[in-house]
Amino acid sequence: MQQQELIPHLFRTEFSKITAVLCKAFGIEHIEAAEDIASETFLAALENWTYKGIPENPAAWLYTVAKNKARTYLQRNRLFDQKISNHLRQSQEEDEEIAIDLSGANITDSQLQMLFALCHPAIPPESQIGLALRILCGFGIDEIAHAFLTNKETINKRLFRAKEKLRQEKVAIEFPGEAAIGNRLEAVLTTLYLLFNEGYYSECQDSVLREDLCLEAMRLTCLLLESPQTCLPKVKALLALMCFHASRFAARKDERGEIVLYHDQDSSLWNTELIAKGTCFLHEASQGNQLSTYHLEAAIAYWHTIKEDTKEKWENVLQLYNQLLQIRYSPIAALNRTYALSKANGKREAIVEAEKLKLEGNPFYFALLGELYTGTDNRKAERNFRQALSLAGTAADRRAIQKKLDILSDQK
Amino acid sequence: MSPDSAPGALGNGRDSIKTTAMNEFILIFRHEDGNKVASPEQIQVWMKQTMDWIGGIAAQNKFVAGNGLPFDDARVVWHNNVVTNGPFGEVKETIAGYVIVKAASVEEAVEFAKGSPVLQGEGNSVEVRRIAKGDGIH
Repeated sequence: MQQQELIPHLFRTEFSKITAVLCKAFGIEHIEAAEDIASETFLAALENWTYKGIPENPAAWLYTVAKNKARTYLQRNRLFDQKISNHLRQSQEEDEEIAIDLSGANITDSQLQMLFALCHPAIPPESQIGLALRILCGFGIDEIAHAFLTNKETINKRLFRAKEKLRQEKVAIEFPGEAAIGNRLEAVLTTLYLLFNEGYYSECQDSVLREDLCLEAMRLTCLLLESPQTCLPKVKALLALMCFHASRFAARKDERGEIVLYHDQDSSLWNTELIAKGTCFLHEASQGNQLSTYHLEAAIAYWHTIKEDTKEKWENVLQLYNQLLQIRYSPIAALNRTYALSKANGKREAIVEAEKLKLEGNPFYFALLGELYTGTDNRKAERNFRQALSLAGTAADRRAIQKKLDILSDQK
Repeated sequence: MSPDSAPGALGNGRDSIKTTAMNEFILIFRHEDGNKVASPEQIQVWMKQTMDWIGGIAAQNKFVAGNGLPFDDARVVWHNNVVTNGPFGEVKETIAGYVIVKAASVEEAVEFAKGSPVLQGEGNSVEVRRIAKGDGIH
């Protein structure tokens, strides 16, 4: 690998490892110092490798430099502490240096514990995602800003406030105790789910960046499966869900970067390896007696990996949405359920049900009505598509709806 | 729209429909034991109809809870702790399950009840009752 490619690649993977290990060793109040040391380490690499060439084992080189920088930081910090506290009360143990352990096992542990720390309930969800991207995925501030379609300043402020909060709350970097792990894991899974969605549904034009977001969410979910405390059916269900969605990466964008709707996708571009992995995880997730929303969503996503429109497929999807809505209502699930109803029970029944949803203000609601009326009452279909068009929030949605209108007017 | 076009199978319900001034109503199903009068195939059809009916209520964000009450292991405990086996009273009046819904009025709750597949059977009924709010007033 050429140096220009090697460094960004290493940065992503190693930055997060070094930061997590250092932060775990120093404590959450030193989170910025941990980030700084990791950044300085890469700066040193950039300077050094340019002249001396890339070392044989770049990761080991980085770890050594990071350890030295950490040691210097600790010494300086201790000196400072001593001066302001103005008396020496060091015990034998305190005198010993904190060991910086960059072994594979400690890296995994530190990253997992960081994940729990960052997903602390005191931190708002969008900040959790930002922090996870920065600290655990090694994304640059400009990349995060790009992914969130905002500017660096906003992201910097958001991350600053979140770190302040972590300090105030004295969040420990550790596995939550047995009693708390259920709730805390729930928060972690929500963040990973949102991180994945951020990549999957983002308006951001940079498809490489968006895919990276999804892959990082999957990597962190895999990390949870490595620990016995968090290797649980619902984590596997979430990973299955991500695998099924990710299997359509290549098919859901055309060469101009436009979204290709599910029905128009070339299913030969679907990634069969990811589908097989997802199926395997979903199978493992079904052991145990817990049925989470992730199970239901993964099962729905599984049926969508079968392109063919069969009665069996839509009947299953309908029943899964029926169950999902009973556990957790969302407008989009209600709309998707009604679409499945039209496929399983027919358009007539679905129209009656759709009219009851009353999601005026939601462009997808009118797009669904337009879809259902197409073929039975094209004037109503057109009226609904126009309504959807006026409500659509993104250019991609407007184009998709306009396409439907064009097809309707061609049929006149 | 197709499943891939809309953000999320993955929504989280934060922007749910406003449910101002909603009351909870329990819909109580009374009918005889389906296993005694219908084939497994017929029961499967009813099951699907029931799931679709409940799914329709849930899709309006009006579903609260629900469950079936199996006919086996049913007992009635009387005055003086006398215990008898169910079913009880007229067979068609046996309580077989319930669904709790959110509704702005009893009329709306009645509209939900009218969709229940239970009512396909002559003599079956759905009783609609408002649930007290537990605030000491209602």
